[in-house]
Amino acid sequence: MIKIKAKDVDVFYGKKQALFNISLDIEEKQVTALIGPSGCGKSTFLRCLNRMNDVIDICSVKGEILINDFNINDKSCDVVRLREKIGMVFQKPNPFPKTLYENVSYGPTIHGMAQSKQEMDEIVETSLKKAALWEEVKDRLHEPGTGLSGGQQQRLCIARAISVRPEVILMDEPCSALDPIATAQIEELIDELKKEHTIIIVTHSMAQAARVSQNTGFFHLGQLIEHGSTDKIFKNPDNKKTQDYITGRFG
Amino acid sequence: MNKNKEQLLNKRYKAEQRFRLYGQSAIFMALLFLTIFIFKIFSTGYSAFQKTWLIVPVTFDPELMMLEQNPSKEDIQDADYYDIALKSMADLDLNANEDQENELKRMVSYFFEKEIKNELLNDPNLIGKTKEVYLTASDDLDQVFKGNYPRDLPEDQRRVSDYQLKIFDQLVVNGKVESKFNISFFTNADSREAELAGIASSFMGSIFSILVCLMIAFPVAVLAAIYLEEFAPKNRFTDFIEVNINNLAAVPSIVFGLLGLGVLLAIFQLPRSTPLVGGITLSLMTLPTIIIAARASLKAVPPSIREAALAMGASRMQTTMHHTVPLSMPGTLSGTIIGLAQALGETAPLILIGMVAFVNTIPGSPMDPAASLPVQIYIWAESAERGFVEKVSACIMVLLGFLITMNLFAQIIRHKFEKKWS
Repeated sequence: MIKIKAKDVDVFYGKKQALFNISLDIEEKQVTALIGPSGCGKSTFLRCLNRMNDVIDICSVKGEILINDFNINDKSCDVVRLREKIGMVFQKPNPFPKTLYENVSYGPTIHGMAQSKQEMDEIVETSLKKAALWEEVKDRLHEPGTGLSGGQQQRLCIARAISVRPEVILMDEPCSALDPIATAQIEELIDELKKEHTIIIVTHSMAQAARVSQNTGFFHLGQLIEHGSTDKIFKNPDNKKTQDYITGRFG
Repeated sequence: MNKNKEQLLNKRYKAEQRFRLYGQSAIFMALLFLTIFIFKIFSTGYSAFQKTWLIVPVTFDPELMMLEQNPSKEDIQDADYYDIALKSMADLDLNANEDQENELKRMVSYFFEKEIKNELLNDPNLIGKTKEVYLTASDDLDQVFKGNYPRDLPEDQRRVSDYQLKIFDQLVVNGKVESKFNISFFTNADSREAELAGIASSFMGSIFSILVCLMIAFPVAVLAAIYLEEFAPKNRFTDFIEVNINNLAAVPSIVFGLLGLGVLLAIFQLPRSTPLVGGITLSLMTLPTIIIAARASLKAVPPSIREAALAMGASRMQTTMHHTVPLSMPGTLSGTIIGLAQALGETAPLILIGMVAFVNTIPGSPMDPAASLPVQIYIWAESAERGFVEKVSACIMVLLGFLITMNLFAQIIRHKFEKKWS
């Protein structure tokens, strides 16, 4: 089933065009990887999906992005409610400089998802469990989240993102600041999360894309060169550029 | 080729050594000046915290006081103390002629009558008896006792006569002169008499001014900074505002004084010489300092925190209030303290709005006339009397103490805030 449908998306930074005519369908409850060399626009495209580009003054987005058949670039779209449905995990772990508990409970608090302290405790616990962090931190929920290791911080950010039960999770190179062990943990986690969430992950590592994703889109110079199932892209790509990139001839 | 490299390396090491030396000498110079300054202030000022008293036997003669038998409290209150006060001073030298009696009277402060009265009010049983009473010595004798007075000048060039010195020395020999901690320096308002002058009025004036300044400048500046940094669109107009805020910070303080005079006093008819007007004027000065500090610390909050909050679905306002502002508070507070410290030491604008007036009452609210500590220093430094020299230094010590306390307080707050976030 198609969850997200992007149609002819153009993005401009001032006068400079960063994305050209991107049309991409994203399958529900699967992992879609966006790959491509630096500066190809894959992160920009990811940020279109929860309208994080709004924050950048000079950035403008054109085209349609349908999520559940609703165009999020439409004026009637409420950004706050959109971002409640579409969580995001960033390249560098960015927990709030608050306690672990406050980090996870922040989203449910501002969206009014818990009626009582008990309910909130439950949400925090399930989110941390889903993020495979609970066992490590259950005794120090009220210590600052910034005191964790890099990998733990990133899992905390994932717990924070899933605390509001988003339908889609966007991940912008979530493992680029982590060591191989932490990366493996996150990849396992992604596999687990796709049972309930649609995941779109931007990654620099082709191996990672091959390991975690079912679908892959290859971006180059602001264009979506090719997309399809990961198997096909990695084994038998249609486009010569994709072939070159996959085999490491450039990038 | 190798030799050349060696030489170059040596040169680089030498340059570094020289640079260190410059740095060390700069620090040494700064410390030297600071030490000289502090030493001078303390060595001149410490004696102001001591006050000289003459112990004089006073006979509470009911006839001289116009008191009847068994007087009531009101009678004692209304009695005439001038004659017994005069008499007890004159009795210090039984052979004194009229001129000398006058000189004897001037050995104590003009306040001596009241001091004798207070003694009787405390203990009405003293009527008809004689008691040794502590009287405040005149400021010149105070200086003589502290060893600051040039006794070897010819008599016609000093204010203390040879006769007064003779009597005073006798009193010293008899142990009738005593030095005690100078409480009145902290409890009295200003006075034309150095021995009675205190800093209570100017201290309270400074506190009220700073409070008014803080209450106006802090909220306005923080709101302005938050709006400019987090909400305002970045365009030519906001650039223009930013440039002008920076310009405002560089405007000489006396200009703000003129503004206070022209607008607050002349147009709004606010009461002259009051901490209210002083505080408003100072807040204009402090405003840009706090805005700049607050903006800088808002800018220093990593954008990743804002992104994290926005991506969680927080509105811009929530992102700002829940995350950015609390994180920027330590920096904002220290900027505020710097601004207030500047305001606390500011003299020129206060002189213009009339806080330089001679105020001998202690203000109870920001609407009462008052001086402020730096202006008090200025007033006393202008006074010719020898007794004020030490007072100037003592007042500077109090002002410095005030500043250090404020900074300490700010550090504590800062520390508390920062602990919470790391």
